[in-house]
Amino acid sequence: MAAADELAFHEFEEASNLLAETPDAATASGSDQLTPQGHVAVVVDSGGSYGAEEEAEESDRTALLQEEKQQPGFWTFGYYQSFFDVDTSQVLDRIRGSLLPRPGHNFVRHHLRNRPDLYGPFWICATLAFVLAVTGNLTLVLAQRRDPSIHYSPQFHKVTVAGVTIYCYVWLVPLALWGFLRWRKGVRERMGPYTFLETVCVYGYSLFVFIPTVVLWLIPVPWLQWLFGALALALSAATLVFTLWPVVREDTRLVAAVLLSTVVLLHALLAVGCKAHHEGTPRPALPLRR
Amino acid sequence: MRSHIREFDSSTLNESVQNTIMRDLKAVGKKFMHVLYPRKSNTLLRDWDLWGPLILCVTLALMLQRSSIDSEKDGGPQFAEVFVIVWFGAVTITLNSKLLGGNISFFQSLCVLGYCILPLTVAMLVCRLVLLAEPGPINFMVRLFVVIVMFAWSIVASTAFLADSQPPNRKALAIYPVFLFYFVISWMILTFTPQ
Repeated sequence: MAAADELAFHEFEEASNLLAETPDAATASGSDQLTPQGHVAVVVDSGGSYGAEEEAEESDRTALLQEEKQQPGFWTFGYYQSFFDVDTSQVLDRIRGSLLPRPGHNFVRHHLRNRPDLYGPFWICATLAFVLAVTGNLTLVLAQRRDPSIHYSPQFHKVTVAGVTIYCYVWLVPLALWGFLRWRKGVRERMGPYTFLETVCVYGYSLFVFIPTVVLWLIPVPWLQWLFGALALALSAATLVFTLWPVVREDTRLVAAVLLSTVVLLHALLAVGCKAHHEGTPRPALPLRR
Repeated sequence: MRSHIREFDSSTLNESVQNTIMRDLKAVGKKFMHVLYPRKSNTLLRDWDLWGPLILCVTLALMLQRSSIDSEKDGGPQFAEVFVIVWFGAVTITLNSKLLGGNISFFQSLCVLGYCILPLTVAMLVCRLVLLAEPGPINFMVRLFVVIVMFAWSIVASTAFLADSQPPNRKALAIYPVFLFYFVISWMILTFTPQ
């Protein structure tokens, strides 16, 4: 090994000497320990071609690496980890993008950038379900303050109903939408359909605006509640429509109109359902039994 | 020295039941102390056990039970619901933190989350005692204050143990579900009204 060490040291010396003489000669961190003179000689003689060779080597290496780094199978943990590959700043940026939809900006292309995640949709839905239940409960408490005849109860089953509905909405409606868009894929030339995960992502993030709305529904002024509801629905549906418009634009007018209006209608149904769930039906107090 | 060697020689199968129970109880008690005075130590992580979480969860669920005068639909959470929420919530949070790239093991995380319910169980005890007095706004304010303080204590304790195992740019993503979990439990405690 001493011989090899000697060789390596010798090579470095020679290379550094040559570098001092010709500052723009390319040096490579090659692992092959050929004769030092030969190595350095190649660098000096044909700098251009050696550079090309090195590039070819690099691309070979990266191609090999990419082959090895294939998508892991769905039974491994790494497969699911790829859906949670987001940072805090990215999640916040996506939420901001869903709150402020702009006509030119496609949520999927602009914010997701082909890296959809499942963290946002999952936890936004969970938060929305719990916030719905908590504020519904609070509304009942406040209503009981004003009208003591209303019977108060924690109504814990509301969480289950709200959770199941919201999660089904965020999974089944994108599934139907994705299936429909793929079926119509033949009509479109330019823009391919979104993947299923990207559709779920858009739907999940578009529900974020309902969380502050539900909290604001605590204010017991009816027209204000309807105003907030309409505002939330408009923002949320706008995100969805602006995202779907480039894909649907190339289809026939009828299909485009029907698809977009169905999306908006389903979203409106969800908003109305949230409002109804939030209010509930307060029961008159049971007579106390002695 | 000889007694030490004898202790390590004999398997724990031969010792008396009292020894076994006392040893486990002491371990659980030591971890309770770590939760009540959270410092950055990894005792909870190193020797994790699930006895403490089980005791705390059962106590909390028993205390949250109401008498069944109300119809099933409108009542408070039943024992099974509390149990399911605590354990499925802890499992979901653990899965979330592992998927985000945290390097904590599954049971270590369950252990930490379960033990950090201790402040909220104390809050439940205090609320039950306070509810024995006459109802009114002062009653509610006292309960609200106690629950808020214990909620903050739980979050601080669990963050002290769990935050180091997450990659630095995803800490908030991993801590938020913990916040939601303890918020839901605090809500269940605050809205408890005996019939």
